[in-house]
Amino acid sequence: MSKQKTVKEKIYTKKAIRRDFKANWALYLMVVPFMVLTILFAYLPMGGILMAFENFKPKLGIWKSPWVHLKNFQDFFGSIFAWRVIRNTLIISFLQLLICFPAAIIFALLINELKDNLFKKSVQMVTYMPHFISMVVIAGIIVDFTKSTGVISMIVGWFTGTTENLLSKPAAWRPIYILSDLWQSLGFSSIIYVAALSGIDDSLYEAAELDGANRWQQTLHVTLPGIANTIIIMLILRIGSLMSVGQEKTILLYNDLILEKADIISSFVYRKGLQEFNYGYSTAVSFFNSVINTILIITANALSRKYSETSLF
Amino acid sequence: MVRKFSRKSLPEKIIYILIYLFMIFLCVVCIAPILHVFFASISDPKYVMSQSGIILWPQDLTLEGYKIIFRTRSITHSYLNTLIYVGASTAIGFLVTVMAAYPLSRKSVLWRNVIMMIISFTMLFNGGMITFYMVIKNLGMYNTRWAIILPGCASAFNLILVRTSMMSVPQSLEESAKLDGAGPMTILFRIYLPLVKPTLATIILYMVIGAWNSWFNASIFLTDRAKYPLQLVLQEILMKNDVNSLMSQSSGELAGLADLYKQIVKYCCIMVSTIPVLVFYPFVMKYFKSGIMLGSIKG
Repeated sequence: MSKQKTVKEKIYTKKAIRRDFKANWALYLMVVPFMVLTILFAYLPMGGILMAFENFKPKLGIWKSPWVHLKNFQDFFGSIFAWRVIRNTLIISFLQLLICFPAAIIFALLINELKDNLFKKSVQMVTYMPHFISMVVIAGIIVDFTKSTGVISMIVGWFTGTTENLLSKPAAWRPIYILSDLWQSLGFSSIIYVAALSGIDDSLYEAAELDGANRWQQTLHVTLPGIANTIIIMLILRIGSLMSVGQEKTILLYNDLILEKADIISSFVYRKGLQEFNYGYSTAVSFFNSVINTILIITANALSRKYSETSLF
Repeated sequence: MVRKFSRKSLPEKIIYILIYLFMIFLCVVCIAPILHVFFASISDPKYVMSQSGIILWPQDLTLEGYKIIFRTRSITHSYLNTLIYVGASTAIGFLVTVMAAYPLSRKSVLWRNVIMMIISFTMLFNGGMITFYMVIKNLGMYNTRWAIILPGCASAFNLILVRTSMMSVPQSLEESAKLDGAGPMTILFRIYLPLVKPTLATIILYMVIGAWNSWFNASIFLTDRAKYPLQLVLQEILMKNDVNSLMSQSSGELAGLADLYKQIVKYCCIMVSTIPVLVFYPFVMKYFKSGIMLGSIKG
């Protein structure tokens, strides 16, 4: 470590900096547009986090709004909403982890069993399709299918005896959310595993077959170890984003009747900040969420480095 | 692995048939919602209204719904807006990304790692929705097209993709071009870009599809209806049941039909917004694959 440091210090000497600038100034100029956009749309908002510690008034601006220290955080964690939105976020996340994550792997394994190339390609093409449909359209289709005469409501009706608008039933929200996620992402998130599977050497299967392993045993002892690294990386990535569930689908679909189950951190921030104009408070909630996310990503990355010798940064 | 189907044992055969059947089932599940929407959009509105459940085949073909939406100014106008947003954000995003990726991929550039760290940090931590909103407001971009076009242009993820593939371009190519008197922009466009075409295709696709489907930023930054992208108009129609206000904007004779055509107009809207993407994606599938592979290695 210390060795690296001294090397680093030597690189950035006055002489080197001057020479580098003289030789590469045009190259640095080329980076400027990207950096300007990054500063404007990524770093300025980070500076705006000061709002989390203020009773922010747009008229007074960020420098003159009254400073309230941690009041916004205390308000959030003291309210009934804190536990509710954190719980809902985590539950959606864990359901995705438990259902969508393994489903993609299983789907890839099944794809890998298909030997007819045309059929295989067609299946892949068709199952990737939902990924490219916009969230607004997905939400529109969900509304259409879960209204009282919709096809999903009808199927549910066969079991419960009554057909009703499922989007007004709190108990139906999570299944709707997860199943639509599964529908949208199953094919596309399997791509990476399919690619990993195609990298497994055929001779390993032949050897296993000579040893008398049947198809299932081959899957267990050749296929799964072959993609274990990919699975671990994807799992760690997934864990890194446990506390970040996107707000789009929720905002498009939720309503007062199911708020209790549907409201997640990001939709709560949206509602408090952009609909109720409670800027300081919502910034505080969002800042809390960002910090947790960052900690999760860094931890996941450290774990990844330790166990799979692959890390993202 | 290499055995022919006919040489497999009976239980194995059954399992294979089950796998094939399951795959066909999954395909049907993936396609059915879109087909339902498509069939409904070209069916007689009375039939669609009376029907519950899924529509398996169009009835009494009519293109009336499509005619209505193509005569509805707010839809055709939003279509144009979306084209502007997709075109502008892809062009600007592409340009700033490749221009930044080239210097940052060169070992001779002293500060490249520091700059990369500054850029990558934005993938780890962000200011959140509210502060982003405030920044857009204070920059005077609120309710302008720039609020939709610019923020997505500098994506750290895309930059890393391009930079990674540029790092594998041998230094000697650059040096010989320099001896011939080529400036950095010439080297970038004449030598580097042709060599990393697959990656460029990947990021362009990400940008196009992302911009085409994007809705959220428009919904929080735009108040002027004349600037609405297609997805935002679509959201109003699909989510807020706002077909009526839409109809009143179209020609007077249609106003009376509104109730009857309400439902199929929704379906038509979904189709016109989705068809371009659905036609587009199969041709570019392989690039998405390579992009995902790259992203997972160096994400």
